[in-house]
Amino acid sequence: MELSGIASYLISFLTFAGVYAVLALGLNMQWGFTGQFNIGIAGFFAVGAYTSAILTTPSSPAYLGGFGMPFLVGLAGAVIASTLLGLVVGLITARLRTDYLAIASIGIAEMVRLFVKNEDWLTNGVRGIAGIERPFADTVLDSPFVYLVIVALFVAGVYFLVERAYASPWGRVLRAIRENEPATAAAGKSIAGFRLQAFVLGSAIMGLGGGLYAHFFGFLSPEAFMPLYGTFLVWVMLIAGGSGNNRGAILGAVLVWGVWSGTELLTGLLPTEHATQGAALRVLLIGVLLQVILVTRPEGVFPEKPPKLITRKR
Amino acid sequence: MSSLLEAKGLYGGYGGADILQGTNLRVEADEIVVIVGPNGAGKSTAMKAVFGLLRIREGEVRYRNETITNAKPEQMVRRGIAYVPQEKNVFPSLTVRENLEMGAYLMKGDLSQRLDKVYTLFPKLAERRRQQAGLMSGGERQMVAMGRALMIDPQLLMLDEPTAGLSPLLIDETFERIQEINAQGIGVLMVEQNAKQALAIANRGYVLATGSNRHEDTGPNLLANPEVAEMFLGG
Amino acid sequence: MTDILQLLIYGLVLGSVLTMGAIGVSMIFGILRFAHFAHGDFMTLGAYLGLSFISAFGLSSWWALPAAMVGMAVIAVFIDQVLYRRIRRTQPVILLIASFGMALILRSLVQLIWGSDNQTYTSGIQFPWQLDWLGGMRLKPDHLWIMLISLGLVAGVHLFLTRTRLGKAMRAMSDNMDLALISGIPAERVIMVTWVIGGALAGAAGVFLGIDTRLHPVMGWTTLLPVFAAAILGGIGRPYGAIAGGMIIGVSMEMSTLLIPAAYKPAVAFAIMVGMLILRPQGIFKGTV
Ligand SMILES: Nc1ncnc2c1ncn2[C@@H]1O[C@H](COP(=O)(O)OP(=O)(O)OP(=O)(O)O)[C@@H](O)[C@H]1O
Ligand SMILES: [Mg+2]
Repeated sequence: MELSGIASYLISFLTFAGVYAVLALGLNMQWGFTGQFNIGIAGFFAVGAYTSAILTTPSSPAYLGGFGMPFLVGLAGAVIASTLLGLVVGLITARLRTDYLAIASIGIAEMVRLFVKNEDWLTNGVRGIAGIERPFADTVLDSPFVYLVIVALFVAGVYFLVERAYASPWGRVLRAIRENEPATAAAGKSIAGFRLQAFVLGSAIMGLGGGLYAHFFGFLSPEAFMPLYGTFLVWVMLIAGGSGNNRGAILGAVLVWGVWSGTELLTGLLPTEHATQGAALRVLLIGVLLQVILVTRPEGVFPEKPPKLITRKR
Repeated sequence: MSSLLEAKGLYGGYGGADILQGTNLRVEADEIVVIVGPNGAGKSTAMKAVFGLLRIREGEVRYRNETITNAKPEQMVRRGIAYVPQEKNVFPSLTVRENLEMGAYLMKGDLSQRLDKVYTLFPKLAERRRQQAGLMSGGERQMVAMGRALMIDPQLLMLDEPTAGLSPLLIDETFERIQEINAQGIGVLMVEQNAKQALAIANRGYVLATGSNRHEDTGPNLLANPEVAEMFLGG
Repeated sequence: MTDILQLLIYGLVLGSVLTMGAIGVSMIFGILRFAHFAHGDFMTLGAYLGLSFISAFGLSSWWALPAAMVGMAVIAVFIDQVLYRRIRRTQPVILLIASFGMALILRSLVQLIWGSDNQTYTSGIQFPWQLDWLGGMRLKPDHLWIMLISLGLVAGVHLFLTRTRLGKAMRAMSDNMDLALISGIPAERVIMVTWVIGGALAGAAGVFLGIDTRLHPVMGWTTLLPVFAAAILGGIGRPYGAIAGGMIIGVSMEMSTLLIPAAYKPAVAFAIMVGMLILRPQGIFKGTV
């Protein structure tokens, strides 16, 4: 491969890893901080991606919009739409045990997928939405590298946001809920309220991830993200990195995306008639990796280190 | 002659700090032994520790001269020790009869004799044998719980607050039943809040506070002890 | 009218499939306290095991059923022993993650071994009976068999749960785990039997699904949501509720095609489930919340 080929592969690799890092940080807000089990990540992701796409693409007769709005408006729309979805899901499940949330969340993801696939007027159905542009289109700044920098800035921004949240009094209550729910309830905290806030914030972050992805990839279709594998990868990233630890979430995203891409390079060596088997093999490997982590190192590579804000009784 | 049960210097808890701080207990084969003490003293914890439900960090439990420290509940049952916990002591969706059968899960052979024995002691259970335990009154549930424990023909019966929440009439009846059970040669170790009545039928009693023995004497002596009377018997 | 009757039949067939899955999900939840996300893929794997069995021995399609049931009972116990048992001591939610991973592992295995194309047990088309006395409604023999065999399996599970020592112990454990241990009930034995039954029923569900439609690596995963909906509707942790839940969800999903596009069938299951979670999270019959 030529040098420029390697460089562009690296840029695309890191951009993907960045998008996944945003998703992993969103999941950390929900699972790592409050123990809320969301496996409908793909749903929030898709809502964010489509919202941004519809807002920013040039107008089209085939589907609603596009409104040709700027990049940042698209992202804001993505965040708002996924916030609303998170609010609805959260309101229903905040009081219930986490298994119900898990079940409801695959339902949400499935509903979003069905909706995107069947409501052509809004999403152009299976034909998908093409021509989603990067920011600074038609200027010198319109390059994959600049977009990588933008994604990196968003990752950093989200990281500082969730770090601040984690160390704040609000974050302390969240951790208290996760560690000992009855005691926290007894201390007069509204468990459901705090849970809901964390869930909605996490959903918003996932929507942002979806928006960033849309402008990177340029094309959206119901199957583009591989909903289940995407969700699954984010989970493996967070667990490998260490749930509860934001830096772990980012490093987990890079590591696991590296493993995932590495297996792609390997299975790419297979003859093309075995391409589908190759994909299955990759999922199998990641699945086994998750189980090995769960059995041998359930706290992840970078275990959570709670900030020393709490004066612990000794 | 060795004791039926002897626990010496128990230390242990629920993973955090020790709740039990050197608790001692002893039950002879034909005795009723009562543990009293304030809420949170560690009475239930001591019972669980003896029955192998939480890890004893230090100390020893002996049953008929055999060490059973930290043995599994299943081994306790096989040795003839039955335990009725303070709360959630029936299977709510199972019928009365099925509850009793579960008590004898490890017992081989025909259960009808064991069932008859329990039904004789608690005739009400025979009447209600097809009823779901969860739908019964507190008093009836307590009978189911005791009946379940008796299904193994235990040598030692451990009861955690068998009269909690019962009406005075039912309390009297429960204590009578416990005396009947004891008269069949079964040693009884029970935690009780109705200290006065319980100590009155007890051979010996322990007063537990913050996980260690505060007093230990015969039932009548404890009742007569002014300090104990002031602490737990409402003056 | 005939339309509605016809849809009712389809609904009961689908309901039978869902019931087979939901009983297992409910039992596993009752004993191990986690939602088993690999259950759909248990169904898929069972269906394919049946396919391999009948094609290896040149048997007719219904022979897939016993093969899938036995195969999945063994595999379920194996997966429990190798994976789930090792993490059972941690929080149940870790089991949930592990089962989610297991779902993907099983699906990729199916793709690796059997490929991603649609397959069927038999190549011919089955001619339905025309029931003139029921307004010309049609009934496929296979559909009748699916309903009858499900009925038989449900009766079998009922007898097991109410007449055998182990079955009662299973209900006892699901009622009150601590008291079961105190009574000396051997938890590991009961857990193993739970997986045997759950696995076998998932295998049966997979074969039913394969006979009713076709075999595909995601056939089970796409059925998982309605299966969970059925289990929740019946009160999760309650195998009997799962039967009612399965039938209600199955019939509603088929009937809904009178009003909305068939693509949204899973949405009906989801809507009923969400409605249930809002109004009565413990299920129609009181479950374990
Ligand atoms: N499952 C548990 N996990 C952690 N701590 C516990 C648990 N159960 C009890 N404790 C603590 O152990 C201490 C002793 O409790 P225990 O139940 O033994 O008291 P008790 O003497 O039986 O009181 P009561 O009269 O209320 O039944 C208490 O401080 C209690 O908070
Ligand atoms: Mg107590």
